[in-house]
Amino acid sequence: MENTTLISIEGLRKDFPTSGGRFTALNGIDLKIGKAEFTGIVGPSGSGKTTLLNIIGSLDSPSEGRVMVLGQSISDLNVKQAALLRRSKLGFIFQSYNLLPVYTVFENVEFPLLLLKLDDSHRRKMVMDTLDWLGLTDKAKSKPAQLSGGECQRVAVARAMVKRPEIVLADEPTANLDAANSHNILKTMVRLNNEFQTTFIFATHDDKVISYLKRKISLIDGKVLKDEITNN
Amino acid sequence: MKLLFKLAAKNLIGAGMRTWLNVIVLSISFIVIIWHKGILDGWNIQARNDMINWETGGGQYWQKNYDPYDPFSLTEAHSNIPASFDSIVSKGEMAAILISQGTIYPAGRIQSILIKGINSDQKILKIPSSQFTGNNEEIPALIGRQMANDNGLKTGDLVTLRWRDVHGTFDATDMKITGIFETNVPTVDLGQVWVPLDRLQKMIGAPGEATIIVKKNIETEVPSTEGWKFKTKEDLLKSITDLIKIKSVGGIVLYIILLSLAMLAIFDTQVLSIFRRQKEIGTYIALGMTRGQVVGLFTIEGALNSVLAGLLAALYGIPFLAFQSKTGISIAGAGKEYGLALADKIFPAYSFGLVATTIILIMITTTIVSYLPSRRIAKMKPTEALRGKLQ
Repeated sequence: MENTTLISIEGLRKDFPTSGGRFTALNGIDLKIGKAEFTGIVGPSGSGKTTLLNIIGSLDSPSEGRVMVLGQSISDLNVKQAALLRRSKLGFIFQSYNLLPVYTVFENVEFPLLLLKLDDSHRRKMVMDTLDWLGLTDKAKSKPAQLSGGECQRVAVARAMVKRPEIVLADEPTANLDAANSHNILKTMVRLNNEFQTTFIFATHDDKVISYLKRKISLIDGKVLKDEITNN
Repeated sequence: MKLLFKLAAKNLIGAGMRTWLNVIVLSISFIVIIWHKGILDGWNIQARNDMINWETGGGQYWQKNYDPYDPFSLTEAHSNIPASFDSIVSKGEMAAILISQGTIYPAGRIQSILIKGINSDQKILKIPSSQFTGNNEEIPALIGRQMANDNGLKTGDLVTLRWRDVHGTFDATDMKITGIFETNVPTVDLGQVWVPLDRLQKMIGAPGEATIIVKKNIETEVPSTEGWKFKTKEDLLKSITDLIKIKSVGGIVLYIILLSLAMLAIFDTQVLSIFRRQKEIGTYIALGMTRGQVVGLFTIEGALNSVLAGLLAALYGIPFLAFQSKTGISIAGAGKEYGLALADKIFPAYSFGLVATTIILIMITTTIVSYLPSRRIAKMKPTEALRGKLQ
């Protein structure tokens, strides 16, 4: 684990209202995640992995406790500040890729840079470099519908990485991929982690992903069961 | 904002058939509204021009007793043309008209008419008064085409004309139709016989007198004269202006129906779009767009329908509207029986104001209709939107 702490979580609790009262998805989570970590939040379905990832990603807010991401308290951010944090510092990778269907690969990857209002030439260079890095240059003009699942997920990785975020949050990134594509994507992420010192946080229960993690945080029923450094 | 427009345009084009169906419906609304309004405006312009050229001129002085809706007032509704008008009349900037009641007997039938005396050298109205030709025996008379058709009269026909002079004495003589004129203004045609002013003054025993004095259609000073009341051009055109206003209001119902159809399609598409694209909305938010930006994006997307519709409408609408304004629309004189100045063909008139107003109206309506369902996005939880969960 690196020294610089990017994410600090203390006494996190997250409740959801249900018809039968309240459902507690996370309860008493205390964590610190440092720079350049390759960490996984692992656990069965319903254990609270995605909820935790969403809170770190400022897509949701805690019911109780304190979550600091890159020095900012998630509870204190208004919607605009949260959007700004996601726009500039965070990258997201989703299970079902969530590519924008009417855009080409180039445009999908360019999208986060458009939000950052970078100039044309700078933007173009960053997109082409990222596509090159992920072996997608020849697919730049393709639409997502013309790509395989593995290629789509590589585009999603490119989109998450193009702005060189501090943290990439990946929610079940290999769930829709076959074994070969899963390993391919994971190796790419490891490479990005090593090369750019980007912190990767996964929510997963896929053994293939787990086998690449440097740190594994096991979550059961909204509580951290185990937090261990692996041999990777 | 530029980014939102760019993204919205891309999304809209990318939506394919859904977009084009909306755009086609909306473009038809554009064209029909402009076309219909163009017809009304064209009719308005034509009718006003015809009325000015044939009847009202630039305004009229009415003898104080003259009431066009009371034929019995005509016996009293004439007096000497004011001396102050002499120079204006001689300059050709005013034309005096004397009106009297009379009867003609075409083909053994009897027909009540208005006899109108007008100077043969006047150039203010389009009544072809230079056609008052012939000898002194018969009275030269001009009638309109409709009057001629109704009574089976043609140029050169002799018809018995009976009238009453200022003392109440009946007299009669033959009048000769020296000309038949074509006009769209039924109030100078139906039941009207035009004769030389000096002849009519002599016939009824009112030398130097007139019932109305028509002013040339130019901006000149209007001197006030005792015993005469001045009616402006707008006063005289009020009936046609009011009628067109009523027609315009009727047109609004048509516009509302058309726009409602188009707006319903857009509203529906927006609602469906927001429902179907929840994941996309979640993705936009995850990538760093604010909810306001996403609402803006969807609103612009909807509003851009009207821009595309405007472009499409221009593509097929400009040739169509230009063709219509050249060839006109045949009305077949349906309004003449009701006393309307209605040409056989109406040439639609499309002003910049009309086109601009229609475009602005449709764009504003489309934007509002697009915004209403888009507000829902602001209430969406991004985490649930990302999962595409029904909300």
